[in-house]
Amino acid sequence: MKLLFEKSVQGRRCAILPTCDVPETALPERFARQAAPKLPELSETDISRHYTALCGQVHGVNSGFYPLGSCTMKYNPRIDEEMAALPGFADIHPLSPAHAAAGCREVLGTAKQYLCQIAGMDDMTFQPAAGAHGEFTGVLLIKQYHDSRGDKGRTKIIVPDSAHGTNPATAAMCGYEVVNIASAPDGCVDLDALRGALGADTAGLMLTNPNTVGLFDENILEITRLVHEAGGLCYYDGANLNAVMGVVRPGDMGFDCIHMNLHKTFATPHGGGGPGAGAVGCKAFLRDFLPRSALMEGGNGIQVRSFGGNFLVVVRALTYLLTLGREGIPEAAQNAVLNANYLMSQIKGSFAPAYDRVCMHEFVLDLSAFKKEAGVSALDVAKALIDYGMHPPTMYFPLIVHEALMLEPTETEDKETLDGAAAVFRTLYEQGHSDPAALQTAPHHTPIGRPDEVQAARHPVVRWEAT
Amino acid sequence: MGSYVPSTAPEQQEMLRALGMENVRELYRDVPESMYLNGPLNIPAGKSELEVRRAVTAMAAKNKVYHTILRGAGAYDHYIPSIVKYIPAKEEFLTAYTPYQSEISQGLLQSIFEYQTMICELTGMDVSNASVYDGATAAAEAAALCRDRKRRVTLVSAATHPDVIAAIRTYCYGTGDEMRLVPVKDGVTNFDMLKEMLTAEVASFYVQQPNFYGLLEDADTLGAAVHQAGALYIMGCHPIALAIMKTPRDCGADVAVGEGQPLGLPLGYGGPYLGFMAAAEKLMRRLPGRIVSETMDNEGRRAFVLSLQAREQHIRREKAGSNSCSNEALCALTASVYMAAMGPEGMAEAARQSMAKAHYLAKGLCALPGVSLRYGGDFFHEFLVDMPRTEEVLSALEKKNILGGLPFEGGVLWCATEKVSREALDEAIATVKEVLTR
Repeated sequence: MKLLFEKSVQGRRCAILPTCDVPETALPERFARQAAPKLPELSETDISRHYTALCGQVHGVNSGFYPLGSCTMKYNPRIDEEMAALPGFADIHPLSPAHAAAGCREVLGTAKQYLCQIAGMDDMTFQPAAGAHGEFTGVLLIKQYHDSRGDKGRTKIIVPDSAHGTNPATAAMCGYEVVNIASAPDGCVDLDALRGALGADTAGLMLTNPNTVGLFDENILEITRLVHEAGGLCYYDGANLNAVMGVVRPGDMGFDCIHMNLHKTFATPHGGGGPGAGAVGCKAFLRDFLPRSALMEGGNGIQVRSFGGNFLVVVRALTYLLTLGREGIPEAAQNAVLNANYLMSQIKGSFAPAYDRVCMHEFVLDLSAFKKEAGVSALDVAKALIDYGMHPPTMYFPLIVHEALMLEPTETEDKETLDGAAAVFRTLYEQGHSDPAALQTAPHHTPIGRPDEVQAARHPVVRWEAT
Repeated sequence: MGSYVPSTAPEQQEMLRALGMENVRELYRDVPESMYLNGPLNIPAGKSELEVRRAVTAMAAKNKVYHTILRGAGAYDHYIPSIVKYIPAKEEFLTAYTPYQSEISQGLLQSIFEYQTMICELTGMDVSNASVYDGATAAAEAAALCRDRKRRVTLVSAATHPDVIAAIRTYCYGTGDEMRLVPVKDGVTNFDMLKEMLTAEVASFYVQQPNFYGLLEDADTLGAAVHQAGALYIMGCHPIALAIMKTPRDCGADVAVGEGQPLGLPLGYGGPYLGFMAAAEKLMRRLPGRIVSETMDNEGRRAFVLSLQAREQHIRREKAGSNSCSNEALCALTASVYMAAMGPEGMAEAARQSMAKAHYLAKGLCALPGVSLRYGGDFFHEFLVDMPRTEEVLSALEKKNILGGLPFEGGVLWCATEKVSREALDEAIATVKEVLTR
């Protein structure tokens, strides 16, 4: 499809601003731009049609099944969007005087209260703009805690090898050496490996529970006890909170701080890769280390972004929390887990689960045997699913499972959708054996076929230029 | 209660039976009994959509929506064209995940590619990423990418937004690096002090243009000194001002960042906003975050993909330069639609009118007894004045539904944009006059 720039016609424009009604002020020449930016010149019709056409080449949660593991692609309610667009929220300056933003503070206070209940934490910040940003904030709480006690010898953060890449990257951003510990054969934390890694240099542990293979670690109390015994703190990566919200609380598992992805668990839209919100909760003893805005709140400690965070995302999450309430929260978790187990049971006769036991909200298929038999990879199967109107599962993650496909159906899918998806998986399993080439060249019904990613990495073309 | 679970109770029972289970507790068999919640959470019962609408609307009604906003300080009340609100609300853009699966994400990927191109045009830089969280994180990430083994210190002009300073300092605290503030003289970066502070351990210098006081920095001169000392030069820019101001590239910047909120994003009590980030080509592989590249598909058709992923955390893990695994895609889309709707001339007009209105307001205020500009330099659309009886002035303005300037360092920091009419400015000036001549 043509780019906006290729549709541009010199002199075409939208009439947005009136003529200036005050005397002009000249920008001194030494500050002035030499040539105007080559932005497109378009009519409103051009713009509307351009983006409507682009929209037709995007698969959203509204378009069809989106079982993208670890991303919790649940339905995003429309009322949440309407509430966030209310002028009483959208038009409020972050530096409004306190009385003029009482409603915003009520939103933040109420959301904090409910989310602390769900997390089993005592306090919370909404400043972090995303999950990884929340991890950064949470590990900085741990760092400040040790620093405040003059405990300078704690230089290491322990991370299981099944963790999201953001965990080790976060630890490194916080100046920690990362100790990766191997998972046990059942996909959970290997207690001996953990004991071996713990010591006087342990600052903390970063853990997801349920973990990235979709299993709840039944040793969780022992894990957090061991870390605390060594003088470290426990960070809960809330990536998989959707499986357990209202059922079991990270605070009760022994965690000291947590981030929650409002854009996953609390149904705010992913927006094609953001904006999200990574609310960070903590136990009372870490409260003083939470970030605050220098300008808005007179903070003089840490601050991870400007002002108070992605407020309008919090409005959406609060709308969702109010809707579900105390019964709806665990109901959502239970149905996310039920749907995942049901889908796994219906696929199981064809592709093999990596861990054949009750799972939480997601499960991982291991296609290595299938690849050996049929010569068809997890990537091929993922691409073939697209032709059936499904978004592919997460591929090749976690790293401890080879040829992994990770499926997370979420609670907002019905039984017919799950049955339909399982039937597609069974069809592809058979087709992989009878006609592997069809899968190896999939997808066949999309605007483009498989792109040349090697070329893009070697010779990146990252902007349009007039020819 | 409200719920988005489509399965009926009989359907749930049917699925449980298919699993050979009696009840949901069996699904959670790995959860120890000691921590399994047997009672409800201590939060209210769920509500219907209509009840929720009433409750949330009532909260919004407790906020005050001003008719006129004369306050900026990092969040700017520029006019948002209608089309800019409608496009990002389209459900596919709204609800999709990061476009890893390019075959069903061409629309998103192309929109990011267009955004990257627009940011390059605006800044004059070679390469832009797909955006980061906001202007403050863009500044902090820029400072991080400029550091190498030998050069670890980041210099920041003290005339920078306090939140940006705090964010850079926080990121430095994380990695154990040092940030040093370059003092201000007459409201702008103290050039002599900067030269003195540019030692061999300095990795980069960050300046905000226009700076936090609204003043225009002598950006080329600063940049030349930075380069002479072998450090990298980061400029934090106001994106609408860039439509008429000398580009960061022409000022010698190696990295250009900024708060993208003025590009069609609502004030929203502080977010979500948009951090734009662009660099010279030599730094391309050090940029954090997502980058979209054009390539071809297996039939030779134009295609767009997320590229240069070897830099990122899901591949590099602890060796990645940043832990970032998202951007502000929907905000970047909003900014693209804004720039397309305004066009080069509309953007420049918004910049010129913002500047003209701020000067009109400054002139009107400074004609009043006891009011004067604190600093004499050229300014864009913000300015700091010294004035008596600030509290009374602001509360008188409030009664007229006007949000006055921000009390800061003993003065008041005012801002005007193209959105404010002359009539509204005259009303604000008359209101201030009434208080000061009382």
